[in-house]
Amino acid sequence: MTELEIRNLHVLVNDKEIIRDFNLTIRQGEIHALMGPNGTGKSTLAYTIMGHPRYQITSGDVLIDGESILGLTPDERAHKGIFLAFQYPVSIPGVSLANFLRVALNARNKAVNPDDKGISVVKFRQLLKSKMDLLKMDYQFASRYLNEGFSGGEKKRAEILQMAVLEPRFAILDETDSGLDIDALRIVSEGVNTLAQGHIGVLVITHYQRMLNYITPDFVHIMYGGRIVESGKAELALRLEEQGYEWIREKYGVLPDGIHD
Amino acid sequence: MTDNHQDILQSIGSGDKYGFSYPDDSIFTSRKGLDEEVVRQISAYKEEPEWMLEFRLNAFRHFSKRPIPTWGADLSGLNLEEIIYYARPRQIDQKSWEDVPENIKNTFDRLGLPEAEQKYLAGVGAQYDSEMVYHNIQESLEKQGVIFLSIENGLKQHPDLFREHFASVVPFSDNTFAALNSAVWSGGSFVYVPKGVHVDLPLQAYFRLNMANIGQFERSLIIADEGAQVHYVEGCTAPLYRTESFHSGVIEIVVKKGARVRYTTIQNWSTNVYNLVTQRAVVEEDGTMEWVDANLGSKVTMKYPACFLKGPGAHGEVLSVAFAGPGQHQDAGAKMIHFAPNTSSKITSKSISRGNGRSSYRGLVRVASAAENSRSNVVCDALLLDHESRSDTYPTMDIKAKDVQIGHEATVSKIGEEQLFYLNSRGLSDEEATTMVVSGFIEPLVKELPMEYAVEMNKLIQIQMTGSVG
Ligand SMILES: Nc1ncnc2c1ncn2[C@@H]1O[C@H](COP(=O)(O)OP(=O)(O)OP(=O)(O)O)[C@@H](O)[C@H]1O
Ligand SMILES: [Mg+2]
Repeated sequence: MTELEIRNLHVLVNDKEIIRDFNLTIRQGEIHALMGPNGTGKSTLAYTIMGHPRYQITSGDVLIDGESILGLTPDERAHKGIFLAFQYPVSIPGVSLANFLRVALNARNKAVNPDDKGISVVKFRQLLKSKMDLLKMDYQFASRYLNEGFSGGEKKRAEILQMAVLEPRFAILDETDSGLDIDALRIVSEGVNTLAQGHIGVLVITHYQRMLNYITPDFVHIMYGGRIVESGKAELALRLEEQGYEWIREKYGVLPDGIHD
Repeated sequence: MTDNHQDILQSIGSGDKYGFSYPDDSIFTSRKGLDEEVVRQISAYKEEPEWMLEFRLNAFRHFSKRPIPTWGADLSGLNLEEIIYYARPRQIDQKSWEDVPENIKNTFDRLGLPEAEQKYLAGVGAQYDSEMVYHNIQESLEKQGVIFLSIENGLKQHPDLFREHFASVVPFSDNTFAALNSAVWSGGSFVYVPKGVHVDLPLQAYFRLNMANIGQFERSLIIADEGAQVHYVEGCTAPLYRTESFHSGVIEIVVKKGARVRYTTIQNWSTNVYNLVTQRAVVEEDGTMEWVDANLGSKVTMKYPACFLKGPGAHGEVLSVAFAGPGQHQDAGAKMIHFAPNTSSKITSKSISRGNGRSSYRGLVRVASAAENSRSNVVCDALLLDHESRSDTYPTMDIKAKDVQIGHEATVSKIGEEQLFYLNSRGLSDEEATTMVVSGFIEPLVKELPMEYAVEMNKLIQIQMTGSVG
């Protein structure tokens, strides 16, 4: 069973320690929810796992099946099967969603198998349509320029479409639920469920219970001050929804120097 | 400044402007350097009428008095004494396939061109046989009354039509290089589209191989009569490898009442070439002129397609992309001269610079006092791929009329770290990601190109970007 392990991770951003001693193991097929107050380091963790150059790892490790991926560039990590659905996806004017996804799929396939000749346009179109059906997206959408002028919710849905096409082994969904309307939230969540189904290890970063109503997490973790302070089952998220973070603050006190919430 | 036609025409080039060049099939080759004798020889060799010889000589005398312009790109490397002003292209070279630089051959391979075509493009092969295709197209054009000839044959076979329009849009006194071209021009096309005739397929798309034959001082004349429509494509995405390093042509276009002309250029000169081009159209009442222009190669390009909007309701557009790589300076832009009421123009200029390449936008929008109620919109976007590269804009606005709407927008952007990271995170390497951002940036132009050129343009961008990311 493939697993993604984050071990004793410490990360600096602009010389400030944002992640401090973070530990988590996600196995393929498991769904983990990561919750925590604003600014506590959730996105930083996601970016760090993906390999963003701005984040400086001072100690600790990120491993897939015991092998460190810290020496890999972001594209190599993607080829290893890591996917990040961005909290704020960037737009690429002039490049259609379809064209972009075909290039990305081919790049991944070629990395996995150097003899790969690339997917034919016809086959790709079929694949894309089936995934768009799953997420109830209008086919027209594929010819729009990537994230250019997409509404907040459209961006989030397009992120999950990318995940559907690229079929990663591990997916980090950074606040995918924010911006989605009630129906879209259900459709996208069900889509994630269908895709994950024992194949993908998912880390759902969220502030609310709403997405977890559809995607039932196997584990819920609370991140505070750059590390996980509480872990539990699905009920933990419900408790947060009711009580907020006051009890966490009382229990774990004021945040260490430089970290604010 | 007085609002007089001829003055204005001349003033379009008052900074100087440029042209470019095509094929010729003569046997005669002139000696190096230029004097009246060489000009006479060229004219005699072409068996030209007296008036053309006079025109050439007047142009030469004018050229002799004019300085090489210094206001734009650096032309100090240009040695006009060393140039052969008239030659049969395939004869001057006598070079062999082995002499063609490796990087050019590699580009041919990557474009997937067959060997015969590669050799032809490199100027070392036997004549590539496009004659048959030419004949078939020629027949169908003739049925519509369309004239599509080499400029030499245009002069011979349609002397009156030719003389009426030749140099009517770009007088030899326009600028230094227009004067030079006027003295020694050779090769180019002559096109006439009769009243109301719409030419469906782009002209010249079939003759892309002939483009490899571009001479140094090509001159083209296109006339679209009232209500006519034509799209002329002059392009070759394969690098045009030349041992000679100077091209200076003139393109003149007459767009009559209600006519519509689009002129598309895609060029990828080898990086030793000075490419100095004068392209201009006169647009009459309710006519439309569109210049679509992509410049990828050359050492220095100076090129500012112009529209002289002479009739009420005339419309002019320039859509251009310049790619400046290491050691290159692309000084490109556009000129729109509004001379009549209710005219409109639009300039969209995009440039990409990388590896210390330099691109400049140089533009002029002039609205004469007669041109009330006119509109003009200019958008220039520059994309810098690294810190060494450079981009400048030199926009000039000269508005004399009332009730005009003028818009100008300029942006300079670098490929953002966040864009790269986003694409990286989906499995694209830095090079693939950068290429994708660049392709997206020029998409507005690429989508205007005929299909086969669009495909090649994208491949070409990939080639240009290879090794661009350290
Ligand atoms: N590039 C950066 N420059 C400066 N500070 C940064 C940078 N990136 C992150 N930080 C800081 O690191 C801390 C953690 O940010 P992060 O985005 O990881 O929080 P988060 O838990 O995802 O918050 P939210 O719930 O609001 O999305 C914040 O204080 C943030 O301001
Ligand atoms: Mg966040």
